[in-house]
Amino acid sequence: MVSRVTRNVAISRLWWVLCISSLVGALLVLLSLFGFVFVRGVAAIRPEIFFTVTQGIAGGLANAIVGTLLLVTLAIVLVVPVGIGAAVWVTQFAPDRLRIVVRLSIDVLFGVPSIVVGYFLYVALVETAGWGFSLVAGSLALAIIMLPYVYRAADLAFSAVPRDLVEASVALGARPLTTFVRVAFPWALPGTLTGLLIGVGIAVGETAPLIYTAGWSNYMPTLAPTHSPVGYLTYVVWTFINEPFKQSHQLAYAAAFLLMIAIFVTNFVARAGVEYWASRTRSHS
Amino acid sequence: MLAGVLTSVAAGICLLLVVLMLVFLLWYTWPAIRYNGLSILNDITWNIGNQYGTGSSVHNGVAAEPGAEFGGLVFLVGTLLSALLAMVFAVPLALGVALTIVYRLPERLRLPVNALIELMAGIPSVVYGLWGTIVLVPWVGNRVAPFVTHHFGFIPFLGGDAGSGNGLFAAAIVLAIMVMPIMVATVRDVLLAQPKSIFEASMALGSTSWQAVTHAVLPSVRTGIVGAILVAFGRALGETMAVLMVAGNAINILPHNIFSPINTIAAVVVSQLESAVSDASGVAQRSLAELALVLFVISLTVNTVARVAIRGQDRSH
Repeated sequence: MVSRVTRNVAISRLWWVLCISSLVGALLVLLSLFGFVFVRGVAAIRPEIFFTVTQGIAGGLANAIVGTLLLVTLAIVLVVPVGIGAAVWVTQFAPDRLRIVVRLSIDVLFGVPSIVVGYFLYVALVETAGWGFSLVAGSLALAIIMLPYVYRAADLAFSAVPRDLVEASVALGARPLTTFVRVAFPWALPGTLTGLLIGVGIAVGETAPLIYTAGWSNYMPTLAPTHSPVGYLTYVVWTFINEPFKQSHQLAYAAAFLLMIAIFVTNFVARAGVEYWASRTRSHS
Repeated sequence: MLAGVLTSVAAGICLLLVVLMLVFLLWYTWPAIRYNGLSILNDITWNIGNQYGTGSSVHNGVAAEPGAEFGGLVFLVGTLLSALLAMVFAVPLALGVALTIVYRLPERLRLPVNALIELMAGIPSVVYGLWGTIVLVPWVGNRVAPFVTHHFGFIPFLGGDAGSGNGLFAAAIVLAIMVMPIMVATVRDVLLAQPKSIFEASMALGSTSWQAVTHAVLPSVRTGIVGAILVAFGRALGETMAVLMVAGNAINILPHNIFSPINTIAAVVVSQLESAVSDASGVAQRSLAELALVLFVISLTVNTVARVAIRGQDRSH
């Protein structure tokens, strides 16, 4: 007869084995995904794809790479003043009640599916305002999707500025603006930057909100704000894999590979790089 | 106070954005709401009507092409089923992973494992879709589906046509993988925020570590876990690209088993827009906007409940 204690220990072991296998399972899925994208991606990367544009379902990716960079850059320009500005207002100026309302609306924005943002902008800007598929419509979509990430990180970072530092600055006779620029802002910068970079990672990988705002183009993007569709990498992954041609599959794999590299880099810089930089600057001051 | 004014404008934009989105979509959708009535929720037929026919089909004073019908039931069912099935796969897995990270992982492995989980959350939807199309779907179509329908076909919803691999099952698997990292991160943080003494007191009373977790720790974080599940569920409902690529693009037909092709609201907005644009009456485009609005409201509800649950957890300690 097995004692109750032995049985309980055995049950405990069994459940923990299941838990640990779920972690191993998750890591195996991740490995399958990485392995798949890297093996196929590396095989598909040729130097020419960086210099030629897509021609129908073949050619290179130059237009998509430049398009993604343009869309994301403009989205950063749009989202930084709004996201960081709002966080500064909430943490430095806002009355309690409004503070809650702004935070709530950001929470709501976090839950809005990206396709809804995309379709809203399609209807509002592309159709009703008559902009057509365009750089600005696409970048606005990305900016709205990045906004909650940027705002939350900035809000957290500015809320975490140590009180004694601010009080010391005020006690030394600094004006409020000087205190903000010289004390609060430098302290909150690393955390804000992490949020911004994570948002950039999300934006680089977005597809759904761009399909009907930026559209797609086989040509190099022009800098025209409206009436000129823009190509981007995620579109290539989505459509070219369904074409029955080997060259188009190669382009899809290459685009997926480039996307993964871009996201690795932004994630790594966002977490490790910014932390290292922050720890250095803070220990010096 | 220039700084105060400028930053308050930024905050105002954040605040108005959601309101603007809702109001504009509602305004734009209005004719479709009148044309469709309840059929957007309970009709299975999506048909933009005969574009070359004469006359028109009029409901409640709104005219569309003859025969036009915009039923969203197939997409609504697909959205809910795929997200629910994804939860069935993802919840036990995510709980197991989070518990392992908190209670079983050696200190030096914690950082790399957390980094990998975070990386997983950042992988683009289309890349999951690509992997799903090339790796997962053929595996489901050639191995899993024939096996399950053959051996477990007597269980309702598991029998019948094994299909091509594109369908509800593949969509749910991809969704489960995509939302798991979010769930793991939330559950892990909830567990770490709990005082260690709960686990230790239970151990000191002679329970095994698993009993300590199930009898002492998990009951104290129940609402937090429900919140984490709901946040993930909300994500799964709105996920577009990966589902679009593996779900099989069903239209005008409800799934009859777990391997049937389905479609979701998010996916259909992408896949049907081109056809909707060709509808001269414009009601098709507005009906797609109505579907987007339905998705918006569902996500909003799920996220609100999730937030209330998580906030309740925060207050309890």
